[in-house]
Amino acid sequence: MSTTTVETPATVSERTAEAPRRTRGRGDKSLAGSLASHGILIVASLIALFPIVWLIFLSLGPDKDDYLHPGGIWKKMTFDNYSFVLQHTEFFSWLKSSLIVSLGTTVIGVLIAATTGYAVSRMRFPGYRKFMWVLLVTQMFPVAVLMVPMYQMLSDLKLIDSYLGLILVYCSTAVPYCAWLLKGYFDTIPFEIDEAGRVDGLTPFGTFARLILPLARPGLAVAGFYSFLTAFGEVAFASTFMLSDTKYTFAVGLQSFVSEHDAQRNLMAATAVLIAIPVSVFFYLVQKNLVTGLTAGGTKG
Amino acid sequence: MTVAIDRATGKRHGDRAPRPGLGQRLKQGYQKHWYAYAMTAPVAVVIGVLVLYPLVYGVYLTLTDANSLNTARTIGVNHIDATYKFIGLHNYADILWGDTAYDRFWSHFIWTIVWTALCVALHYCIGLGLALLLNQKLRGRVLYRLILVLPWAVPTFVTVFGWRFMLADGGVINSALDALHLPSPSWLEDTFWQRFAAIMVNTWCGVPFMMVSLLGGLQSIDASLYEAAEMDGASAWQRFRYVTLPGLRSVSSTVVLLGIIWTFNQFAVIFLLFGNTAPDAQILVTWAYYLGFGQQPRDFAQSAAYGILLLAILIVFTSFYRRWLNRNDQQLAI
Repeated sequence: MSTTTVETPATVSERTAEAPRRTRGRGDKSLAGSLASHGILIVASLIALFPIVWLIFLSLGPDKDDYLHPGGIWKKMTFDNYSFVLQHTEFFSWLKSSLIVSLGTTVIGVLIAATTGYAVSRMRFPGYRKFMWVLLVTQMFPVAVLMVPMYQMLSDLKLIDSYLGLILVYCSTAVPYCAWLLKGYFDTIPFEIDEAGRVDGLTPFGTFARLILPLARPGLAVAGFYSFLTAFGEVAFASTFMLSDTKYTFAVGLQSFVSEHDAQRNLMAATAVLIAIPVSVFFYLVQKNLVTGLTAGGTKG
Repeated sequence: MTVAIDRATGKRHGDRAPRPGLGQRLKQGYQKHWYAYAMTAPVAVVIGVLVLYPLVYGVYLTLTDANSLNTARTIGVNHIDATYKFIGLHNYADILWGDTAYDRFWSHFIWTIVWTALCVALHYCIGLGLALLLNQKLRGRVLYRLILVLPWAVPTFVTVFGWRFMLADGGVINSALDALHLPSPSWLEDTFWQRFAAIMVNTWCGVPFMMVSLLGGLQSIDASLYEAAEMDGASAWQRFRYVTLPGLRSVSSTVVLLGIIWTFNQFAVIFLLFGNTAPDAQILVTWAYYLGFGQQPRDFAQSAAYGILLLAILIVFTSFYRRWLNRNDQQLAI
């Protein structure tokens, strides 16, 4: 203790002597430091960009083996692949299936989960902890757990190769996840609002429907976006449960370009780009909300 | 917390009568909580029908020898009844201790653990590094952020095919390595390089999520803490170690848990990168899928048993993780 008190003045005087030379403010970096930061970030950005730029570049080559001789693509660049994909493949039926399945999952997921999210955010009832535990555990189900029984059940119900079947399968993960996410959002809405509603004579349902739901629109949107993106990008169930090629979602349709006999990689690349553009635009529009929603839901276990 | 909740629901706990009998309590509980139950009912029903029932059915299937040759099926107009029979815990015993159990289960198990640990470590370290870089005053950082989020924005099933083109035998990566006179491994054929490629692609896909979440965490750390640390003469490393890392604790614990669960369950990357061609690079999830749906005859019972084992591993891990996180807190959250 005493040694530190003795030493302190010395360090202080050293630092004050140094201070006039240091004109940079807090948070400003030296030239070398900012160059290094820029360098690392540029390299990282290139790594992030390259596979996608490469995919776009390959999609412009007309021949299916052009990916082996990328240099040749410069001379014969063409949009033929795109027009071919749009005109002569099942692109639009895949688009339709993807949209039906993703939107169906989103709507059902958010609708069903909304009241539950509110209930677990505001009320403590017997069985609350067990219920939250079930919600949490459901989110970590590996695809392999439910796939076999789901496959058996859906074939009994003749729901294999139908949109409804796939939507139901996706709901098994989307509904608990939305409930969890919405609970996180409802937790941020002050209790005083509920109180005010109760004082004015609303029932719990009235409070929820008239006061909380309008306030929770951003949270509902996040849950919706998330369900949509997950359902859109799901591979395992879609590959197994959709059998006829007009009902493929994009995740399955894209695989169908490469079979054992034939690999139409140029068409595949073009389709991939056509899928990626709208989805990533959508993602960029919603991503800010998405991130806060995802992490907020988790921290408030 | 409790007070606020009770205020919100309009119920008071203050004057409680002596503990009534069971019937009375059930009735009271119903009267007091009926709207809570009514509100949770939709999700409870969905979980019951879509999750718990299939789960129970799945557990039952693991106790049988069901495969695609003896389950109920309809071929044309003929309906064939199920003929599989109950064989008890034989499937589990076979997976864990049977002949060639090492090749079928344990090798995949070890690889899954290595895969999860390496991927999450890489995701976290690279994500944290990039988040720290993006958290400083820097020209063009909005642009950097937009570009770096791109691997997350594009659906995985699209980007994995981009990687497949690049990793193919005559693809751009090997051409570049050739040009530099470096050995060009066969990424999609050799087991070691398959695993390497899988980790590389998954790292590429998973870093943006970590980066963005950790950046959010960094921005929520109070700047005055850094000022105070600097006043006390803390070096850059000490500021990182004693201000940044503790400040990130809650975000980190969540994203690491999510990362572990997602990576452990990561299906799309390995399935789309290799299909069925790489038996040694399959993690447990894709291997279970292969058993149940990628081969003929389809072995439903074993596949379901793998699924149950995977779920058990995850649940055990998660409860230990949460207990470890909450080791200082009085109350254990879930």
